[in-house]
Amino acid sequence: MVVPVSTLPLLEPHAAAGVHDLLWLLVALPLAGAAVLLLAGRRTDPWGHLLATGVSAATFVLAVASFLRLTSLPGEDRSVLRHVYSYVPVGGFEVDLDLVLDPLSGVFILLITGVGTLVHIYSIGYMSHDRDRRRFFAYLNLFLASMLLLVLAGNFLVMYVGWELVGLSSYLLISFWSHKPSAATAAKKAFIVNRVGDVGLGLAVMLVFATFGSVAFADVLPNAGAATTGTVTAICLLLTLGACSKSAQVPLHVWLPDAMEGPTPASALIHAATMVTAGVYLIARAHPLFEASPVALDVVAWIGVITVLVGGAIACVQDDIKKVLAYSTISQIGYMFLGVGLGPAAYALGIFHLLTHGFFKALMFMGAGSVMHGLRDEADMRRMGGLRSSMPITTWTFVVGWLAIIGLPPFAGFFSKDQILEAAFETESYALWALALLGAGVTAFYMSRLVFMTFFGPSRVAKEIHPHESPRSMTTPLIVLAVLAAVSGAALNLTKDGRLFEFLEPVLGRPEHGEHTAVIPAWGLTLITVAVVLAGVALARTRYLSRPVAATAPVDVAAPVTWARKKLYFDSVYESVLMRPGQYLARALVFVDGRGVDGAVNGLAALVGGASGRLRRVQTGYVRTYALGMLGGAALLVGAMLLVRT
Amino acid sequence: MNPGYYLVLSAALFTIGTLGVLIRRNAIVVFMCVELMLNAVNLTLVTFSRVNGTLDGQVMAFFVMVVAAAEVVVGLAIIVTIFRTRHSASVDDASLLKW
Repeated sequence: MVVPVSTLPLLEPHAAAGVHDLLWLLVALPLAGAAVLLLAGRRTDPWGHLLATGVSAATFVLAVASFLRLTSLPGEDRSVLRHVYSYVPVGGFEVDLDLVLDPLSGVFILLITGVGTLVHIYSIGYMSHDRDRRRFFAYLNLFLASMLLLVLAGNFLVMYVGWELVGLSSYLLISFWSHKPSAATAAKKAFIVNRVGDVGLGLAVMLVFATFGSVAFADVLPNAGAATTGTVTAICLLLTLGACSKSAQVPLHVWLPDAMEGPTPASALIHAATMVTAGVYLIARAHPLFEASPVALDVVAWIGVITVLVGGAIACVQDDIKKVLAYSTISQIGYMFLGVGLGPAAYALGIFHLLTHGFFKALMFMGAGSVMHGLRDEADMRRMGGLRSSMPITTWTFVVGWLAIIGLPPFAGFFSKDQILEAAFETESYALWALALLGAGVTAFYMSRLVFMTFFGPSRVAKEIHPHESPRSMTTPLIVLAVLAAVSGAALNLTKDGRLFEFLEPVLGRPEHGEHTAVIPAWGLTLITVAVVLAGVALARTRYLSRPVAATAPVDVAAPVTWARKKLYFDSVYESVLMRPGQYLARALVFVDGRGVDGAVNGLAALVGGASGRLRRVQTGYVRTYALGMLGGAALLVGAMLLVRT
Repeated sequence: MNPGYYLVLSAALFTIGTLGVLIRRNAIVVFMCVELMLNAVNLTLVTFSRVNGTLDGQVMAFFVMVVAAAEVVVGLAIIVTIFRTRHSASVDDASLLKW
């Protein structure tokens, strides 16, 4: 792959002024909201959800104000630093809790607070029957605070703190219904898999400090070229490991589908729109490091494209509506990885796809939640069908999301995904391009399958369930997101030099579209992509719309389908290679601890106890026994003296 | 005058006292036997004082008498108290303080 080295001077952050002085509130407000709801307990039950939603809306307003103020600054000044306090002042190692707002984090705070607020509003209706609704909202607020800290952090260490807090709130939300064993297990799995990546990120941060003597972005990133290629590659691969776990990329993607055990709004917010994009953010933020290491960029791109196909393949055979969306998320984040992995030409494309995906995936997750809400928590698509008539708003907003994700013009996904494919082609990574193109077809197939099985065709809903449209608090966010999913692509980037790229340019560089030496012109590539997508839709139509859908999954299927149903054996391999040996090891350790260590201690105590139990019988309580003892002792003493004298 | 006689006598007294302490059950008798042992030792001390021609042994004997007098006071008090509470002066009855 040809990686042109970015010659772009990085932005120097300067001190915050005006509304940017309030940047800390972006993190502090939702954190305070969570603290109030968690500490005050049940007495906040009646109004807790309103407080949380209000806090979220306030952060959104603040984010918009900060963003607008940022855009009013001239291009080279668009990086403001708000020093909050000195976080780790230890001798020569000083880390400040700095918040940095630049175009990249600006885009993220809008996405996080915007989608976050919509999810809050949606959850008011969705969780209305749950007696622990307040706790749920507290966790949502905690998540907002953590994610905002992650993207606003001005150095690796503070970002790591946000990174871990995000993992914590994700864990809390997945296990929200912890009375279900499956939810508790899923939360543990997510936490442990994320831990693997956290170790990578932690090591990367230490290596950054050891190499550059600082962890602040402003110190490290401009000097990326100063380190040796080997060191930078090591840092980047460790960062990639961290990114892979948080963004659910192969081979650490296994936690995300299980995470769907959490309430659907949490899935929409965390496991579709925002948290899982943290890995993409990390790579985009650290892009000067990655540019110094072509190997790491290649690794990222290949992980991305493999994930596109793995996620897509498994999504094709899932019957649980949320599982399909989960694997689709994995697959779509693969596109983002491909985008940022293509190098300076396409960082902004990855972020662009991240944004549009945030809208349409949140839309579809909340749509799925709305469907389940109307069907008494039925999630099996084989027992849906024909919901078009009973849930019109959910259906048509979902259809917008569907068109957006499969990438038909003029919906958002078309612009973002198509440009990533073009960039892959133009950087002469033909293998990546071909696989990603195949992935686009697969995406079209499984998303069409989902839509056809759920909303169209004859109804297969159980007789005792009467599907109904969800309350307005749930449909309003759907409509807002549908509008965004429809127009955001065109609004942000109608052309290749669109305004999002222009805006991100100071941080990420501009996607370069130099001389078109490629064998196929750009419009030709677009045509190919659209043709592949339409082929995927057509295939889904013949299989799931023209033919009746079986009420249970067919058994006599081709081998690849079986593989996909077994999730391509990732879980099985992890279970037999890591989990079982781990359990055996744990059991062996328990045995050694119980019988060996505890055995020695307890055995010694039993020995002393038993011996003294026998020895104490010497104390009879009779005076003359003692007197005899004294006499014997005296006799011995005299005897000994006599012996010595001679 | 052969000091050996005195030593044999004191050894005999000491042995009688020891056997009395070990064998008898009446606290008073046991007590008197203890006195017997003390005085046997006193006799030995005085004998060796005479043999050596110094006063050390006799001084030591006075100390033993003083201690014995004090011991009698305390010991008799204990015996009387035990007798009052248990209506018995047998040393075997007062065997509560044991394992």
